[in-house]
Amino acid sequence: MFESPGQPRSHYQALFRTLLHLPAEDLKKSQQAADLSFLHQGITFTVYGNDQGTERVFPNDLLPRIVPGHEWLKIEQGLTQRITALNLFLQDIYHQGRILSDGIVPRELIYSCRHFRREMRGFPVPRGIYVSICGTDLVRLPDGSFAVLEDNLRVPSGVSYMLANRKVLKRVFPSLFRDYGVRPIDHYSQLLLSTLRALVPANYSGRHEPTIVLLTPGIFNSAYFEHTFLAQQMGIELVEGRDLLVHDNFVYMRTTAGLRRVDVIYRRVDDDFIDPLGFRPDSRLGVPGLFNAYRAGNVTLANAPGTGVADDKATYAYVPAIIRYYLDQDPILSNVETFVLTDKARRNHVLERLDEMVVKAVGESGGYGMLIGPHSTAEQREKFRGLIEAEPRNYIAQPTLALSRAPCFVDGQVGARHIDLRPYILYGENVTLVPGGLTRVALRRGSLVVNSSQGGGSKDTWVLRA
Amino acid sequence: MLSRVADSLYWMSRYLERAEHTARLIDVDFQLRLDQSPESSSGRWLRLLDALQVPVPAGAKIDSTTLAYTLTLDRTNPSSIVACISAARENMRQVREQCSSEMWEQLNRLYLQIVGTPAGEAWILHSQLFFRGALDGAHLFQGVTDSTMSHGEGWHYIQLGRYVERTHGLAALIGSHFARLSYPLENTVDSDEYLEWVGLLKCCAAFEAYCKKYTAELRPLRVAEFLLLSSDFPHSVRFSVDKVHAALLAVGELTERKGSAPMRLSGRLRANLSFSQIEEIMADGLANYLANIRSLCAQAHTAIHQIYFDYPVEAAMVS
Repeated sequence: MFESPGQPRSHYQALFRTLLHLPAEDLKKSQQAADLSFLHQGITFTVYGNDQGTERVFPNDLLPRIVPGHEWLKIEQGLTQRITALNLFLQDIYHQGRILSDGIVPRELIYSCRHFRREMRGFPVPRGIYVSICGTDLVRLPDGSFAVLEDNLRVPSGVSYMLANRKVLKRVFPSLFRDYGVRPIDHYSQLLLSTLRALVPANYSGRHEPTIVLLTPGIFNSAYFEHTFLAQQMGIELVEGRDLLVHDNFVYMRTTAGLRRVDVIYRRVDDDFIDPLGFRPDSRLGVPGLFNAYRAGNVTLANAPGTGVADDKATYAYVPAIIRYYLDQDPILSNVETFVLTDKARRNHVLERLDEMVVKAVGESGGYGMLIGPHSTAEQREKFRGLIEAEPRNYIAQPTLALSRAPCFVDGQVGARHIDLRPYILYGENVTLVPGGLTRVALRRGSLVVNSSQGGGSKDTWVLRA
Repeated sequence: MLSRVADSLYWMSRYLERAEHTARLIDVDFQLRLDQSPESSSGRWLRLLDALQVPVPAGAKIDSTTLAYTLTLDRTNPSSIVACISAARENMRQVREQCSSEMWEQLNRLYLQIVGTPAGEAWILHSQLFFRGALDGAHLFQGVTDSTMSHGEGWHYIQLGRYVERTHGLAALIGSHFARLSYPLENTVDSDEYLEWVGLLKCCAAFEAYCKKYTAELRPLRVAEFLLLSSDFPHSVRFSVDKVHAALLAVGELTERKGSAPMRLSGRLRANLSFSQIEEIMADGLANYLANIRSLCAQAHTAIHQIYFDYPVEAAMVS
């Protein structure tokens, strides 16, 4: 927020002035009202392994994060470039594999990835789009530029919190909001619906409006609130695996008036669980035969199975090269420096500096399986040293970043906390993104972990017209 | 509409109706106890348990505080108020996107209020507020539902659940009351018994409505007629059955399954109540009559499940 002590960046000045004149008591009241409204609306997430009511309100911070228009423009261009390139990459590795033959990305890296799906080889996905819904994590570096920390290409979540935060903030700071000229984000659900409409399967006859459904793992999933919210906002059915069945390679849902054909499935169920016949046989969340119906071109799954190979944390290191290879452009958004640990020299370099690095397991997300060097104990570092040496392919290392900070209202006072930014990108007829995203906050002072499962919260993100 | 969704809406509504019914019965009972001699206490509890169709707990001694707790705040008893409201909310949570946000918020608020009630001595002292809160919350939910949700297929399943449950509850309540008391059928009840009959009417929120129709002179025959056969009072058996039938007609129309088994059963129930006279019913035996109603109602419930919620896929494929 600040350029130098006491001197806020120009676009934060109005907020700064408001805060100076606003008694902490008023903020506290607004915070309580906001928390209560979240609780009553049931905007909660599920905490696993907690007996006393498994739902918890997702902590929301009242102070907005402000992004000026020109910074957003660059983010938008950068993310559009990135999703375009990553889709071309997926198309390529599931077909000819030119990028592998040309030696840009090592073949063994792709084939050793847990999320590579052999079953997808040679299958033409609708419009050639594998990733149609994506939420990319960005961080702001000390030089003020944004860099990509992680691409989430499988089933990214959090977009409902983005929309809910906005609704609350409009009530808390109405005049500030108006004076700032914030660009609206409320049309997200409509954009998502048209994206899904654009993805009708090859054998869609066009005799009726395509039937689109959202497939949820069910009420016990941590993002269940979001699933219901999106289904309601789009006006589509929210289905569970047991509502669907496959007959002669067509997918139907059970309705009170009999069976009804389904054309597009926005699935919020991981690859492994969508079809017990195709993938994990012990899954009760999926639909037996779904993958065959998909391969027969009778139904679309969004995102396509097998996109996880492109957001593998080791593949991530190659994304700048991927962008250059397919688009012949320089990446607009940079990557965070990343060490792939299968290379011996780099591995040793990292192992010598474990206390300065962040180590991540390549297939994990949600802040699990991480070592944050500067905050770690010698014991934890030893444990990770062992893990890395046993399975170097499974880990990557990055320098510990000085994440940017923003003012947050925590425990009755305003203080600085580390933040990141997750905008949501849609790819149907073309690439669209709403101006904004979920700013995640590490609510514990000094903490660098922003994931909701690890004590993180979120705040509204104001992208300005000018 | 998805079968699973219809199923959840139906059960949500049934559970909520059950919670409301239980709250009203216990509330009335607590009020009546104030005017009764303590000797009759355990008898009253047995009658209440019977009216609620809850099995008498094991162990010879019936202790008021424990029983009150079992029926209201005990989460391990599946028909306690707190368990019913939790179950209603769980059902709604699975179909949130089918209901209006206002409905969800109201049910969630009711749930948080009921769950947040502290158990123990303090609770008994403020029990009236508790029951009041439960009843108001349930009424408010119905009002919110009627004014914010489309009166389409989903709404009809909600109606269906509520009135199937109400028919069951009323039949059990009336049956247990008439079975255990001795009374002069045609004449005014004497002053000892007066409060009991007021209690029965209040359990159906019917005391004021009864007085408007028949004056405050309480005759068991009239009470039975009012609670069974009134066509315009919302807590009468006939009214409830009419609503069940109307909901089934609407659902049959919307899903293009006219003339199915549930409708045949509700139609028969409806005809039975529309064309019966109270004198005949009493002469043939009230208990039998009520048992027949409950049996038909249970059959209708099963048929609804088989036609709309849980049909075999083979049957659907043929058509």
